[in-house]
Amino acid sequence: MLTTELIGAWFSVFLTLGIISYLYDDNPFYKAAEHIFVGVSAGYWVSLFFWTQVQPNLFGRLWPRLTEGTEYGFFHRLWYGIYNILGSINSGIFPENGIEGHPEIRMIYLIPLILGIFMLLRLVPKVGWLARWAIAYIVGMAAGLRFYGFLNSDVMEQIKSTTINFSGDWIVLINGIIMVVGTLTGLLYFFFSKEHTGVFGKLSKIGIYFLMISFGASFGFAVMGRISLLIGRFDDLIKYSGREYHNATFWLLALMILLLFVWAFTGKKEQDKATA
Amino acid sequence: MNKRALIMAGIGAVIILIYFQLLKAGYIFREGNEPMFVAIILVSLTILYYTDRAKRGEEIYLRPIAGLTALEEAVGRATEMGKSVLFVPGIMDMDQVETVSGLIILGYVAEMTAQYEAGLNVPVSKSIVMEAARETCKESYLKQGRPDQYYDDMVHYLTDDQFAYAAGVNGIMLREKPAACFYQGKFYAESLILAETGNSIGAIQIAGTGSPSQIPFFVTACDYTLIGEEFFTASAYLSKRPELLGSIKGQDIVKLLVMICMVIVFIASGLHHNGWIDFDILTLFTSR
Repeated sequence: MLTTELIGAWFSVFLTLGIISYLYDDNPFYKAAEHIFVGVSAGYWVSLFFWTQVQPNLFGRLWPRLTEGTEYGFFHRLWYGIYNILGSINSGIFPENGIEGHPEIRMIYLIPLILGIFMLLRLVPKVGWLARWAIAYIVGMAAGLRFYGFLNSDVMEQIKSTTINFSGDWIVLINGIIMVVGTLTGLLYFFFSKEHTGVFGKLSKIGIYFLMISFGASFGFAVMGRISLLIGRFDDLIKYSGREYHNATFWLLALMILLLFVWAFTGKKEQDKATA
Repeated sequence: MNKRALIMAGIGAVIILIYFQLLKAGYIFREGNEPMFVAIILVSLTILYYTDRAKRGEEIYLRPIAGLTALEEAVGRATEMGKSVLFVPGIMDMDQVETVSGLIILGYVAEMTAQYEAGLNVPVSKSIVMEAARETCKESYLKQGRPDQYYDDMVHYLTDDQFAYAAGVNGIMLREKPAACFYQGKFYAESLILAETGNSIGAIQIAGTGSPSQIPFFVTACDYTLIGEEFFTASAYLSKRPELLGSIKGQDIVKLLVMICMVIVFIASGLHHNGWIDFDILTLFTSR
């Protein structure tokens, strides 16, 4: 019987094999899988951002749900008058009496709302320059925030980490000394205003060796992670090759190989014709 | 020590003094973050001092970085081959320092593509990055006197999804076969996928990122890689603006101070652990 699970399984196998088929050139299967992936995900993220961020966290804070039986003043009535106009346009986004989730109006959220509108004004060429204000705010705010964060985590914590317990065993002690030497020589490599020659050059070279060793370890670790991802995909392919899924993997694999063979053959013929 | 250094030191001392007075009085500042406050003032004033020196005309030496000198070579190669240049500014938003650095490099690359009349393709994964990148490219083309060559679609949005973005960029690489690929920004697991594809099409590749976990992949698959801070200093290297060059020198001095602190902590904590001194130096570096 044709169930959603069965259709999903066949589609999943098709997309997996389509993406893997990238190993054999930029073929139509890869193109199809890529375009579906990009298009669907772009739409999905827009929807996700709107319903998890913009609607509950922005509109929800500006127009929280009104408590029944409470008398509200002029400002509230005016403010929710605007909301009701928006609600008459789309009651899904702006449900009656406000949005659930936040206890009181937070007018400070007008700033992100205005900056967001500025970003959208890019569509109007005459006032498109206003988008720069929003970008400037994001960059400036992020620079200030990160400065504190980096100074704390990358500098202060690093200084504190150079401590070694001399009363510990030899292995810990040697390990600690190696870490300190690696950190200091690694830092020397990142001196830009001094020429890397002589003793300084040699020390910075030791630093780069430490960096390369750490990169190697990181590379190996990440490759192991990727292998586990690959195993995950193969697990699914094996699962969907079963009888309950009508041998989806086998059928689609055979079909794709056949079609790729035809595509490669005709493509080559066309290429030969073009070069002739 | 010259007069300006003394003035800076004086300013720093006064600020720190006021801070501790206010802290004692219980106004504005809360207790527990004293080390961070002092560190921020020290770092800021050091950088400010060297920026000031550079602005006053002091020549600042910067050691050459191969990856940066290769940028022009890569664009030149693309122009000679009649192919485009692909620039990937990472997958994160403008609130990441790497993305901002990446866009500064994009500005420089766009100036070169405008000058050499080479094609430029910038796929992005965040809408705000798209806007910022468009502004950057537009300005670069204007600066080179080629506004006619600029068009909005040279910077285009693909998707926010990490692997869908990687698949999309891969597709662009396979179809357009750019002669030069630049990966400058914040990257995660897609780094190797992108760099491997670029390698397979024979493009000259220059990467730059501050993500330590992704540097190994770029080192493996790219021709040149700007490692960590090399990437952040690129804007100063490329622009040669005195205030930026001065800030690099200032940062080097900050690094030297950090190294001195490390050695002091190393020795003092060792003595403390062995019971030779009572004072635990780590308390000086601990914030709440």
